[in-house]
Amino acid sequence: MRAVLGARLAGTSTLHLDDELDPRGRLVVVGNGMAGARFVEEVLERGGGEQFRITVFGDEPHGNYNRIMLSPVLAGESHEDDIVLNSHDWYCDNGIDLRAGVRVERVDTAAKQVHAADGSVTPYDHLVLATGSYSFIPPMAGVRRDDGELLPGVYGFRTIDETRAMLEATGRCTRAVVMGGGLLGLEAARALQGHGLQVELVHAMPWLMNAQLDAEAGAILKRSVEELGIGVHLDVLATEVLGSDHVEGVLLKDGRRLDCDLLVVAAGVRPHTDVAVRSGLEVERAIVVDDQLRTDDPDVYAIGECAQHRGSVYGLVAPAWEHARVLADVLTGTDPGAEYTGSRTATKLKVVGVDVAVMGINTPERDDDEFLVISEPRRGVHLSVVIRDDKLVGATLLGDTRKVAFLTQAFDRGAPLPEERIRLLVDLSDGVEEVGVADMPADSQVCNCNGVSKGDICGAVAGGCGSVGEVMDRTRAGKGCGSCKSLVKQIVEWAADGDLAEDPAASYYVPGIPMPKPELMRAIREHDLRSVSAVFAALAPGGKDDARSKMGLTSLLKMVWGSDYIPEKDAEFINDRVHGNIQRDGTFSVVPQMKGGVTTPAQLRRIADVAEKYEVPMVKVTGGQRIDLLGVRKEDLPAMWNDLGMPSGYAYGKSFRTVKTCVGSDFCRFGLDDSTQLGIDLETRFQGIESPAKMKLAVVGCPRNCAEAYVKDVGVVAVGNGRWEVYIGGAAGASVRKGDLLATVEGRDAVMTLAGRFMQYYRENANWLERTYDFVPRIGLERIKAVLLEDSEGICADLDAGIQRSVDAYTDPWGQDAKEAATPGQFRPALPLVALPKVPVR
Amino acid sequence: MSVADVATATGVVVGRVDDVPPGEGRTFVAGGEQVAVFRLREGSLHATQAACPHAGGPLADGQTDVDVLVCPLHQYAYRWSDGASTSGAAPVRVFPVREVDGDLVVDV
Repeated sequence: MRAVLGARLAGTSTLHLDDELDPRGRLVVVGNGMAGARFVEEVLERGGGEQFRITVFGDEPHGNYNRIMLSPVLAGESHEDDIVLNSHDWYCDNGIDLRAGVRVERVDTAAKQVHAADGSVTPYDHLVLATGSYSFIPPMAGVRRDDGELLPGVYGFRTIDETRAMLEATGRCTRAVVMGGGLLGLEAARALQGHGLQVELVHAMPWLMNAQLDAEAGAILKRSVEELGIGVHLDVLATEVLGSDHVEGVLLKDGRRLDCDLLVVAAGVRPHTDVAVRSGLEVERAIVVDDQLRTDDPDVYAIGECAQHRGSVYGLVAPAWEHARVLADVLTGTDPGAEYTGSRTATKLKVVGVDVAVMGINTPERDDDEFLVISEPRRGVHLSVVIRDDKLVGATLLGDTRKVAFLTQAFDRGAPLPEERIRLLVDLSDGVEEVGVADMPADSQVCNCNGVSKGDICGAVAGGCGSVGEVMDRTRAGKGCGSCKSLVKQIVEWAADGDLAEDPAASYYVPGIPMPKPELMRAIREHDLRSVSAVFAALAPGGKDDARSKMGLTSLLKMVWGSDYIPEKDAEFINDRVHGNIQRDGTFSVVPQMKGGVTTPAQLRRIADVAEKYEVPMVKVTGGQRIDLLGVRKEDLPAMWNDLGMPSGYAYGKSFRTVKTCVGSDFCRFGLDDSTQLGIDLETRFQGIESPAKMKLAVVGCPRNCAEAYVKDVGVVAVGNGRWEVYIGGAAGASVRKGDLLATVEGRDAVMTLAGRFMQYYRENANWLERTYDFVPRIGLERIKAVLLEDSEGICADLDAGIQRSVDAYTDPWGQDAKEAATPGQFRPALPLVALPKVPVR
Repeated sequence: MSVADVATATGVVVGRVDDVPPGEGRTFVAGGEQVAVFRLREGSLHATQAACPHAGGPLADGQTDVDVLVCPLHQYAYRWSDGASTSGAAPVRVFPVREVDGDLVVDV
């Protein structure tokens, strides 16, 4: 006798409580496959072991094994012991009565009893049918012997026993025919070929994997299969199986004969519904269930491949596991109202060595569906997406599945799609993301700020982190400059392989207040919350404050209330408390305002004097066309500001920073307009305005772009005749992105208005620390244009008033705090025993 | 807390409670050692070593909540309860601190 997979050791036994004394409900599961066993796991996870005594019937004598992994077993890549999910011991340890190898014959729903082939009668309170599917054997002359058994040498490909039998046969067989060019057939063909058999694949449909792929992708897959040396015969039926005692070949409808000594029939599966039919339950294509997986009998449920829900029967594991979750919620009372509303099926697999991922539909169905196809037959790559109403409704990836993580997210959750649709299928950036996360070596560094590798991130996922946020908290990945966040997200999604909790916190503006930004702003106005401590008291769970939320709330309150905001120093980051940028040794940098990068000899002289007087270790010209005095002790700040007599340049804040300019038309022989003055005017108007992340601007007098306006949060380019182009969402920092042209406008005032309106829209709608280069693509340029240029949402007047409120609230922080400290000890050293600066003096 | 209790403890008066604004931290020197003292908005007092164990950052310049102190340089967070880092750094030393008649008393 063949070994039982996942068997118990001899001599172990199980103690059973006397049935009569057991107060628990009786839960009986018919079927011990992927659905049934997962359901039992889900029930146990919800404490159902206390509520129910559980009996599981399994047709096969084995424990529960991973049917999906039969292909690698057949290929000799996995050992059968590796695919055991739950051994007999597991059932025993969890007090589950496993009746392995016992087929259920019928259910008496009136008496609520299960009748099994061994003559046993098992009463139930709740019955779950998870009987799965069986291999469909198409009608062919000679495929069965007189006793109804398959002709020797003919195998289905559904169970471990069939797999074992085929493996055994590979030793003595030389020629195989595989019927069925779906996933299973292809896997079988590949596996048998790997054992040295000559393999012919016969498929009744015009192209391979016709259920998942379109004709073109199917044709590309055919080439890949043929390149492996497998013969492919499409659009043809086998009518007869030849051989009397053992298979000798098959006869095709077109008259051809294919000789073989092994025939695998993988021509699809059919739901196992005979128990349900015999028990009088409603069966159409499969057992009909409602949104709680209930059949027409209120105490009988069906899950997995044997269930038909809203007309759909699924042949994939993911829906079966969803069924299991929902039903476990319902039966254990964890969520009595839980409902299953259907699955959006997305699958990713490797078939005959080719990566395939499919989700949703594979061809456009409506006139206005968008359809993008990239086909490279020579490389064996075929990629397509179908988009409807700006949402991804289908994707097919063959030969290259690097983008599968993003596409799955977009498909499952309706995530916003990139404006340039081609980015759904290929990475156009030059960055590290171009390498698919799957291909990245584990030791490659993802977060350079905190030294976090791909392996660290995968380790966190394996260690139980169930969301991107948790992984970031655990590993600190993405918590530095933040430029790797999207890569971190991709890796987490890849590592979790779809098993990722939606992170509700991902939509919060700050982690400590469970609200997205618009809701938070409404609540702040509604409750008239003018200080950060008031926000925590009113809106945080338990009124608890949160250090990591304070800076973002301060910024938001300043924007909402302007000068009516009630400042709280402790809610500010140290940079904002002392109006300088903290350096690695705890000293600060001092950057005086220098509008448009224009200075004077007098200003330079004063800066030079101050630098000498305070022994500033380094004087440096910044990237924003200003002068930076670095390594200043905290206690020296007020006196320095006083000596400088210049306003703060805001080089430290999440705020409007600076406007770079070129020399424009005054001096440059190419200049088309006075970019210098416009830059100065912009900086004068918008100086110091706080924002979700820093805003860097530039104005150039011609498209030569000397001050780099194309890569600024707001960039303005003179194009002559008083006209200016306004670009938004550009960056040349941790990310490099050319800004998008928002509009070409006439005259300086129009630039000021539009720039202000965009900045206010960004301030009101961007997430905390979201730079414009992420914000603009997220919202979409077309939408931003409609809102800002055509006033499609009727908010332009409010935006203009909002930015004006902040302009009016501006005060120079240096002028203010230099006279009198805002709080006691505002400028006291934080490391009094450390001689600062520790940085080298140049 | 009575004066008698103070006499039995090894407390050092480092400054006045009013020296530390609500929600913020200030550094004092106690027994030749730098100690960062924090006064939370709910009234509790906490004291830690002044320099962050990760990269020497000035912890008194950090931000706080009822659970943790966050260093301003790289945002490493440390629990008040035991000084442990929530993000895998070495722990900070925490010192008992209390108010006695408006004075800040730290046990070092």
